[in-house]
Amino acid sequence: MHQFNVYRIGPEIKVGAIDISFTNASLFMLISSLAILVLLNIGTKKNSLIPSKMQLLAELSYSFVSKMISDTAGSKAKPYFAFIFSLFMFVLFCNMFGMIPYSFTVTSHIIVTFVLAAFIFIGVTIIGFIKHGIGYLKLFVPSGVPMLLLPLIVVIEIISYLSRPVSLSVRLFANMMAGHTMMKVFGGFVISLGIIGGWLPLSFSVALTGLEILVAFLQAYVFAILTCIYLNDALNLHH
Amino acid sequence: MLKKIVFNLILFSFLNYGKALASEEGMPQLNPEFWISQIFWLTLVFGSLYILLSKFILPKISNNLEARKSQITENIEAAERQRNESDEKLNDYEKKINDAKNEAKNIFNQAREKILRDINNKKEILEKEINEEVNKAEKEILDFKKESPEKINKIAIETSAILIKQIIGAEVNNSNISAIVKDISKKNEGKNYGN
Repeated sequence: MHQFNVYRIGPEIKVGAIDISFTNASLFMLISSLAILVLLNIGTKKNSLIPSKMQLLAELSYSFVSKMISDTAGSKAKPYFAFIFSLFMFVLFCNMFGMIPYSFTVTSHIIVTFVLAAFIFIGVTIIGFIKHGIGYLKLFVPSGVPMLLLPLIVVIEIISYLSRPVSLSVRLFANMMAGHTMMKVFGGFVISLGIIGGWLPLSFSVALTGLEILVAFLQAYVFAILTCIYLNDALNLHH
Repeated sequence: MLKKIVFNLILFSFLNYGKALASEEGMPQLNPEFWISQIFWLTLVFGSLYILLSKFILPKISNNLEARKSQITENIEAAERQRNESDEKLNDYEKKINDAKNEAKNIFNQAREKILRDINNKKEILEKEINEEVNKAEKEILDFKKESPEKINKIAIETSAILIKQIIGAEVNNSNISAIVKDISKKNEGKNYGN
């Protein structure tokens, strides 16, 4: 569990009684963001008709997110493209940087993912109420449900709506933490089983690394696409 | 065998996991010591990332994508236009070639007809002339035929008159001689002429 420890880097910074010191978590957030900015900046420095490799990377990620949004939330979600793009890239890069040995995985901390998810939840709810007024509450009343079941359904809908930030944040956090823990455990086996028995867990470790890279991408994608789906609910009231 | 090993490994992993939890006093994620710091830095870093991306980088990418898209559509349109033009020119060319062919055919036909007509005309004229000549010649021959017995008779009369005169030395009446000659010629008529 050592890899999940947060520790202070540099001096203790306090605003009043609140500790906002720069930590290794902050460091890796910064590294991820800078990596995104540097990569995309190189990719957009020379806009040529036939893209270079970096430009292709930037444009591919742009069109990937753009397609994801237009597929799930439609054209009304265009103003939120920049936010979802940043969100996707940030989560993806944090996950990927976590795959480097001895690094720190920002997204393996519930507080980080929960803040992101809560921000999305509150933002989406506000957008919903702005777009549809009090009619946004119709989201909790699905059409075509018998009157007898309606009270039950409404309660379930409200609970599921309220659990969105929790499920969104816990999904990402648990995936990252479980993956890293698994790798740590298998790594421990390689040492404890030694030269004779250690090969099996080593091969597991190698396979798990591949899996974790997949999961790192997949979870970023899932996080972004669920955001799109929530946004879709707020923009186009389907129920 | 393999299954057993894997099972043992998984079992061990959970044991180890439990040990790790115990040894390092639970999950560091649930330790609220640095929560505020993480929230603060997350807001700061993510916020600035969002602002930088949306203000500077994303517009550039989207502009370039748009530019490429419009460039491609323009090129496709231009290609389409040029293809249409070339099609038109090809049609034009084929039409011209057909026209020229037809014209050449017409000229050829006209020339042939003219030549044939000329040949026919000349043939007719020639035939007419030949016919005339033949007719004339036949007529002449007929005339000659008609005239010749009389002339012969006349010559015969004269010659016989001269012969008689020289042999006998006396003049003989022409009418007598002519009567004799006519007589002879009548006898020989079928022999010399009139076949």
